[in-house]
Amino acid sequence: MYSPLIRYTLHLADNALIMGHRCSEWCGHGPVLEQDIALANLALDYVGTARNFYQYAAEMINAADPAQKATEDSLAYLRDAGDFYNNHIAELPNGDWAQTTLKEFFFSVYLQAVYRQLLNSADTQLAAIAEKALKEIDYHVRWSSEWVVRLGDGTEESKERLLKALDEVWLHTGELFASDDHDAQLIQENIAADLQLVYTHWRTTVEKVFEEATIAVPAPAKTAAWMGNGRKGIHTEHLGYILAEMQYLQRAYPGCEW
Amino acid sequence: MTSTTQHTVEFIYAILETVADPEVPVLSILDLGIVRDVQLKDDGFHIIITPTYSGCPATEMIQLQIRMALLENGIQHFQIVHRLSPAWTTDWMTEAGKQKLQAYGIAPPEKKFAIPEDGVTCPQCHSTNTRLVSAFGSTACKALYQCSDCKEPFDYFKCH
Repeated sequence: MYSPLIRYTLHLADNALIMGHRCSEWCGHGPVLEQDIALANLALDYVGTARNFYQYAAEMINAADPAQKATEDSLAYLRDAGDFYNNHIAELPNGDWAQTTLKEFFFSVYLQAVYRQLLNSADTQLAAIAEKALKEIDYHVRWSSEWVVRLGDGTEESKERLLKALDEVWLHTGELFASDDHDAQLIQENIAADLQLVYTHWRTTVEKVFEEATIAVPAPAKTAAWMGNGRKGIHTEHLGYILAEMQYLQRAYPGCEW
Repeated sequence: MTSTTQHTVEFIYAILETVADPEVPVLSILDLGIVRDVQLKDDGFHIIITPTYSGCPATEMIQLQIRMALLENGIQHFQIVHRLSPAWTTDWMTEAGKQKLQAYGIAPPEKKFAIPEDGVTCPQCHSTNTRLVSAFGSTACKALYQCSDCKEPFDYFKCH
């Protein structure tokens, strides 16, 4: 069993990796070249951040038990879905452009608040990784906010699509703020981000951008037991498909190098 | 012959000056500001570097180039140490580096804004009548602009 700090670090890493993988699925499929490049850049930021978190997690795992021989690669490519701790919104399918940009908007605003709090984490390595990642996530928030406004306050069709995406994605936003059993302890030790404070920032930003996009903000999404909790390794059916594709090479040819 | 004590920190810096950024080859890694410190320790030189962007694919290439350059110059005892905090910023880019960028056709970062909608100086005709085309460019560190006077598209090294 991993310590709460290792688990939390893996959660941060998994969130970045899975969202990064989703963004990378757009590579070569973007509607225009600039936006194709934009999503590839977002993917690069996420995967880079994931690597920093995985390297730190591997270091801690090996320090606790040298027999583990964990690396950033073993953590990314050789764990099963139940051992991933990312939030559901990161694993949702891309859908159309509205769903992709709306998902990225909700997620990047959430991460922006998490990383801001981690700047003051008592764990200096988490703070250092967050400091780096925050500068990058600010661009994600800017890019995705612009798209939400452009689609919401755009044509009849763009608005209709954004509202349809909202129907799909909104119910998963509650899970972003669902705690892990160890959160209280980590918050007390001033290590992890306090999700209640994260929520306040998130809701305020969503309200501001939605107002500009002429979209009503729905009532807070409820979480129910049947929906699971990514933080506890209970996922939607989509994660398994992502891993099947992402991990294929290392599973089929163990130790294979580029 | 290759004992580290014979070499000075200044010599290491002189070698590092020859290592170019693989994505913007006109800049050395010193111009870019990613070399934060060089220290002589008991086990050799410690070269402390801070990567520009978390996912920058050039980071590993740069490490390899540093390793090669030091080995070629007879330095065998050294370590490349990653330092994440304080995070890299374009404020660390040298003035000489900014001028080299400009001459190369890439608008250097302007301290005022990250990615302004307009007003970035065109590296070709120096007009400030320019506009943002895309906040994301050919590499993570650049955004794409177009000059409304000379019509040339150009890269802007984002303020970060």
